[in-house]
Amino acid sequence: MRSVIRIVALAAALAAALPAAGKDSLKVGALLAITGPASFLGAPEARTLALLAEEMNAKGGIGGRRLELVVKDTGGSPEKAVSLARQLIEEEEVFAIIGPTTSGETLAVKPIAEEGRTLLISLAAAEVIVNPVTPHVFKTAPKDRDAVELIFERMRKVGITRIGLLSSNTGFGKAGKEQAEKLAPSYGIELALSEVYDKAATDLTAEVTKLKAARVQAILNWSTEPAQAIVLKNARQMGMTVPIFQSHGFANVQYVAAAGAAAEGVIFPGSRLLVVDSLPASHPQKGVLEAYKKAYEARYREEVSAFGGHAWDALMILARAVEVGGADRDRVRSAVEGLTGFVGTSGVFRFSPADHNGLGRDAFELLTVRQGRFVPLGP
Amino acid sequence: MTLELFLQYLLAGLTYGSIYAVVAIGFNIVYSASGVINFAQGEFVMLGGMIAGSMARLLPLPLAVAVAVAATAAVGALVELVFVRWLVRPTVLRLVVITIGVAILLREAALSIWGEGVRSLPYFTGDELSAFSLWGVRVSPQVLWVLGTTVATVALLRLFFGHTMLGWEMRACANNRDSAALCGIPTRRLLTLSFALAAAIGALAGCVVSPIAYTSYSVGGSLAVKGFTVAILGGLGNSSGALAAGLVLGVLESLSVSLWPTAYKDVVALTVLLGILSFRPSGLFGSREASRLGEAG
Amino acid sequence: MRAGPRVRVAVLAAAVAALQLALSGAGKGFYLTQLTMAAYDTLAALGLSLLMGYGGQISLGQAGFFAIGGYTSARLTTLDLGPPSGSGLARALAALHLASFRPDFAGGELLSVAPLAALAAALLLGAAVAVAIGVPVLRLRGHSLAMATLAFGVIVSSVVVGTEALGAADGLHGVPPLALGPFLRVGGGPSHRVENYYLAWGLVVVTASLLENLVHSRAGRALRALHGSEDAAGAMGIDAAALKRKTFVLAAVLATAAGAFTAHLDGGIGPAEVSAMRSVRYVALVAVGGMGNLWGTLAASAVLCFLSLRGTFGVHDDAVFGGILVLSMLFAPEGILHADLGALAARLRGREAG
Repeated sequence: MRSVIRIVALAAALAAALPAAGKDSLKVGALLAITGPASFLGAPEARTLALLAEEMNAKGGIGGRRLELVVKDTGGSPEKAVSLARQLIEEEEVFAIIGPTTSGETLAVKPIAEEGRTLLISLAAAEVIVNPVTPHVFKTAPKDRDAVELIFERMRKVGITRIGLLSSNTGFGKAGKEQAEKLAPSYGIELALSEVYDKAATDLTAEVTKLKAARVQAILNWSTEPAQAIVLKNARQMGMTVPIFQSHGFANVQYVAAAGAAAEGVIFPGSRLLVVDSLPASHPQKGVLEAYKKAYEARYREEVSAFGGHAWDALMILARAVEVGGADRDRVRSAVEGLTGFVGTSGVFRFSPADHNGLGRDAFELLTVRQGRFVPLGP
Repeated sequence: MTLELFLQYLLAGLTYGSIYAVVAIGFNIVYSASGVINFAQGEFVMLGGMIAGSMARLLPLPLAVAVAVAATAAVGALVELVFVRWLVRPTVLRLVVITIGVAILLREAALSIWGEGVRSLPYFTGDELSAFSLWGVRVSPQVLWVLGTTVATVALLRLFFGHTMLGWEMRACANNRDSAALCGIPTRRLLTLSFALAAAIGALAGCVVSPIAYTSYSVGGSLAVKGFTVAILGGLGNSSGALAAGLVLGVLESLSVSLWPTAYKDVVALTVLLGILSFRPSGLFGSREASRLGEAG
Repeated sequence: MRAGPRVRVAVLAAAVAALQLALSGAGKGFYLTQLTMAAYDTLAALGLSLLMGYGGQISLGQAGFFAIGGYTSARLTTLDLGPPSGSGLARALAALHLASFRPDFAGGELLSVAPLAALAAALLLGAAVAVAIGVPVLRLRGHSLAMATLAFGVIVSSVVVGTEALGAADGLHGVPPLALGPFLRVGGGPSHRVENYYLAWGLVVVTASLLENLVHSRAGRALRALHGSEDAAGAMGIDAAALKRKTFVLAAVLATAAGAFTAHLDGGIGPAEVSAMRSVRYVALVAVGGMGNLWGTLAASAVLCFLSLRGTFGVHDDAVFGGILVLSMLFAPEGILHADLGALAARLRGREAG
């Protein structure tokens, strides 16, 4: 059972388990929205970190030192994130921080991380986290812009010129909306409608009716929340047969289950984590993805989601950088910037001093749903 | 707006409105019997859907729903026994505070048990795509289940309160507790029963709407607020009024989407609530008496 | 002020200072930041304590006022009024201290509303809204009042999350520090920790003593009479409606101030901080501290907010506050300091017997 208590117990046990002296262990903090409105993102992230930390320690830790993970639940609140960030940096004196989960929290914590000269690897999506680039802040979530462009390219290919955009009232939804509105004209696409719905909505028939009234040729639905499945159900039930495109926030098979038959044929740019079985053996990511998927599903008895993958990437990147840079914070920071060709679950990372995200268009692949499963879309 | 579109909005509004109405009826039952507004009513709806969701993997659907309803009724009774009855000098302030606390505890318990994931029951008939045409509008069969359940609930309750001994006893209790006690009516037990009944009705609503929406640990809060809005709008204690008010609110919300940005949809219900409380607390159909809340507290 | 309260205020002030010296001396200065955040929540809780304890009214909408304070301050101080060397209007505003400069990303300077002016605007707005909604809402009682205030709070938070100009889901960032004088400032990072701490707790001390004064004055006695029975109080010539409104506005202004200061302290504000749960937490703090018991509420708020901000309750943060609501109503309705354990034990025994 995906009990939230278990995650924290696990993480706490990890954190509190008998260490050797503090010297021998590497303390890494994590600020995650395990409960609260962003728990769909934060809870899988916490589970992933707990799992990975355990695995790493079983193999001797990071750079020869035991990994001590200090996980704090921010509840999705920037205020709490600020308080806990200060606590992690000044009191716990963590070497680095993974997280926060949401863009709002990351933006609040960003100045604190810089001031404390502590490496911060965020799991949130907003462009402004790494643009403008600041020395200590990185992110492992792919760029919204790339996702939007991939979708628009497909739309242009099949001749869609008039769409309706529905986005959820979260940071993720807002960021996607901005990118879509900005990029649509250059693909010859008209945004007939751009509406925001509540992330906790349980019925969106009225919103979808508005789309029907606008006679759109396709629907673009941008959200990481379960409510996106409602859009699918409502649209299909209403007899709307137009293609529906989703964001990479759809990357959780639970949402497909929630939408049932209505999810059939939905197109979205997704992480290859979701279709690892159909990847050719030669694909660089295959090994990493299979390992993560197997471990996660065995431990937690639920399907992997791309959100947890961001956390996996963050900790693995940190570990790699520590192997290169040792115990010195500045050297590790530079090491992250120097990582090119790091194979993660979200894609192949190519960091640089000017690019603290490292992911490009190839982080995504256009996927679709067939008979309740994710499959690559193909040409 | 074409007729077809208008009907589409209307139907959407009626569907959700009827859910709000059922939640409101739950409020009414408890209020009538005890003068208590149970802020945890929304959580009963959530529990119904969650328990049924878990049971549906082991039992056939009708049985799963039955188990969920019964289990939630038990929870409702427990809530009354542990939290309301034990209260020393139950002033209105204390009752409000404690039922809010109970709502939070129920929600957090659901989070611990079921996690943050969402679940839906399978459609009672058909699936996500099946629909039939009604005046040119496509309607899911589940919508008929929702509307039908609401109407059936209201009808059965009228029968219960109007024509059965137990129902009369509960009404007597509501009217004047002390006199009822003097007549030998077991008022305390009836109070517990009223909570259980309200919980059962909420759970049923949660089950029947779960296929077209979804259930997760946090859906209770906003349902409680909207349900309460409808209860006040229809006049506290007036179940037919609640039905009418629920449909009105649902349709209002739905039509508001066609007029201004959907981001403000929830503000509609809240503004209605604030407005009605400020200017006509007895609701559209209620009596002056019903508006005297918290007097005896 | 009578001797008792005066002593209590002095003790509080002394404790505040002692704590700071102890923590800074022991090298644990980082606790001060969280204590400072807790202090602003305490301001809001004190106002609510007065309202619930003496006015006998419940408000589930304090987070709405917190939002008004925080967002007004944040929005005004992050506005871009144009380049500093620009129009005469800009220069005039700057001369009047209504506008000030803050650094922008590119290293230049932006003109926006001066933090002090923004604070004044926030407080005025909060008071105005409180007066406006107070008129219809305060005629209600009990559940209706609770729901009406809840509706108000949720409307504010819905509007805030739905409006682009207020940052929508991301909230507002880059809020500059608020300087109240050469040595007093809100915000500014760890180097200004001690200043922030004394300013915040200084405000709490002042507020507590002002409220104590109020409670023991004629107005306070009238309030208590109101709580006892509105009709009786009215029969004695107390203008119940006006008194209720004033208390409501006072509580609202305190919550507005808490929001404004917190926005400057954190350098930003977001919709997750102004949800209904925040209002419920304030109610929990007042419930466990004792409604109307200012010192109880102060202590409860300082301790619980501090612990919550440190993540002591882990993932069960909300559950803890829910539990506090329930347990305090069941076992210590007068507040934890007045818990009548003897009577409680008697009741338990009575239950088992009968």
